[in-house]
Amino acid sequence: MSNIGPYDERVKNFSWTIAEKELGYKPGDVINIGWYCTDRICEQGKGSKVALHWEGHTGVEKTYTYNDIRLASNTIGAFLRGLGVKDGERVCLFMDKIPELYLGFLGILKIGAIAQPLFSAFGDESLFVRLSNAETSAVITQKKHAPKVRKILEKLPHIRHIIIVDHDGVAPLKDREVAFSLQKSVPVEHLDIHPTKAESASVLHYTSGTTGMPKGVQHVHYSLISQYLTAKWALDLREDDIYWCTADPGWVTGTSYGIIAPFAIGVTQCVLDAGFSAEAWYKWIEKRRVTMWYSAPTAIRSLMKAGDEIVKKFDLSSLRHLASVGEPLNSEAVVWSQKVFGMPFYDTYWQTETGSIVIGNYPGMEVRPGSMGKPFPGITGTVLDPVKSEPYAAHGRIGLVALKFDWPSRMRTYWNNEEAFQKKFRNGWYITGDRSKIDKDGYFWFAGRDDDIINTAGHLVSPFEVESALLEHPAVAESAVVSKPDPINLEVVKAFVTLKPGFTASKDLDLEIMNFIRKKLSPLAMPQEIEFVPSLPKTRSGKIMRRILHAKEWGEEIGDTSTLEND
Amino acid sequence: MADELKDIVLNYVTKEYLEDDSEPLTYETPLISGGIVDSFSMVSLKRFLENKYGIAIPDDEATPEAFDSVNKIVSLVQRFVAKKG
Repeated sequence: MSNIGPYDERVKNFSWTIAEKELGYKPGDVINIGWYCTDRICEQGKGSKVALHWEGHTGVEKTYTYNDIRLASNTIGAFLRGLGVKDGERVCLFMDKIPELYLGFLGILKIGAIAQPLFSAFGDESLFVRLSNAETSAVITQKKHAPKVRKILEKLPHIRHIIIVDHDGVAPLKDREVAFSLQKSVPVEHLDIHPTKAESASVLHYTSGTTGMPKGVQHVHYSLISQYLTAKWALDLREDDIYWCTADPGWVTGTSYGIIAPFAIGVTQCVLDAGFSAEAWYKWIEKRRVTMWYSAPTAIRSLMKAGDEIVKKFDLSSLRHLASVGEPLNSEAVVWSQKVFGMPFYDTYWQTETGSIVIGNYPGMEVRPGSMGKPFPGITGTVLDPVKSEPYAAHGRIGLVALKFDWPSRMRTYWNNEEAFQKKFRNGWYITGDRSKIDKDGYFWFAGRDDDIINTAGHLVSPFEVESALLEHPAVAESAVVSKPDPINLEVVKAFVTLKPGFTASKDLDLEIMNFIRKKLSPLAMPQEIEFVPSLPKTRSGKIMRRILHAKEWGEEIGDTSTLEND
Repeated sequence: MADELKDIVLNYVTKEYLEDDSEPLTYETPLISGGIVDSFSMVSLKRFLENKYGIAIPDDEATPEAFDSVNKIVSLVQRFVAKKG
């Protein structure tokens, strides 16, 4: 029997107090995610249970019990306090998937500071925009990533400390840098946990905007209630599971379901800090006897590409449940998974802003390959008519995916940008920015984005941000950035570029621009294709018409061109 | 040719994908599984090789395994250069 049981029954009798009771929380109580993920489990007598099996790309392994992660997060929290970091301040985690990332996240929350995880592959411009917007006080990083912080430090007066967790003691520390070694620190047995309440800010994740710069999605400690229950019901996570979430905590899946939910439930989780290869991944599942695996469509399609034969080389019999998130999971991937693993990947749908799964396919419910599934119990989801902003009366019509904004892990605002937050609502509904239809049985079917945002391998990339960065390249006069279909990543970034006088299109220039964006923003934002064009389609008022270029890439109707400027 | 090719690839990866004070690369350093070059960045590395050697590496051959070290990349490139004649 699955944790969720019969879906329809759960919907009928649902209340978030189910999670509150299980977690021993009552409205008005102190609620601190860091404490729930460590101290509480130890207080239940499970301190010696393994919380984390970690393996790095060089084969180094580390194992931490729940008592170990309690002590380590205390130690990091105490170190930050010793530096003068106060509750409410933003502390950025800019690291690979090393243990200090997971433990540092919990330590930051324990002292009431706000954790701001950033993807370690971000270039200096992406980093600057996010640190500057959050007015971050401290950055925890590794020596390999510190140069990117140093490059922009002069423009970031709010940063008081750059904490380097693997300083070798040889290279001199630079401006505002301080070394910290978890292994060499005396473990802190007791830390006064900051008495955060339900609405105290916890995590700040940045997400791409359609027209503006990235927005800081602010979550609160009460998000735990949704994250805990959705992990139990949608992911069917159980205390005796060996769980592997492949997401990087630089993104929301990696924190909601890669740190908060599994540790709050008390499972053993596994982290492999290595680049993708089918062999390494299957070997990891075999070695760790993984039972529950939460991954992403891009990875699943890459595994499909690696073939069926390689699967047979490994003993994957420990697996009992699989789930996916990040972008729509195509029906072929679901069917393939059933064939090679003997079970489907259950697709789940949510966003940085929702903080937890809001629509999904649940164990025990019929999986319709290619469908997003149904709203999680307690979530009211619909598809709105984009003109009237009202739910469609009939099924099967494509419209805007919208939600009643009332579950515990919903974002509370965009950091320093309440105006953008308010724009996410229409007629009392939260507008996700995605389009879908609902079939007669209540299943949602993804139909695409409702804006220009590019979803590449489950990560959102703003065309505006890429276009702005392209303009900083000396050869680029104008650019338009759109998505292009890709069999593995769903979409990839494509740039149309006009050149300044004196520059000529060439393969070398193409590569130079690709690398320019990769280093400035991130590998995800790097155009995988650049098309040099003599001019870009524009409206008579001079606005670049991305939609025309997008339609061409996707083989769609170009639509109304009445406002197109004549050549 | 192999030695020269090895050094060209090693120098390019060092210049483009490593931070200034990173550990020096060797011909066997794991690039993809070691997290130095991710799957997105692999596209620009592949483009560099194609431009430099006038070859076209099909997507099916541009696997994480084939790009996982300088030595493996060199073998791949040599194969396509030989095909080109």
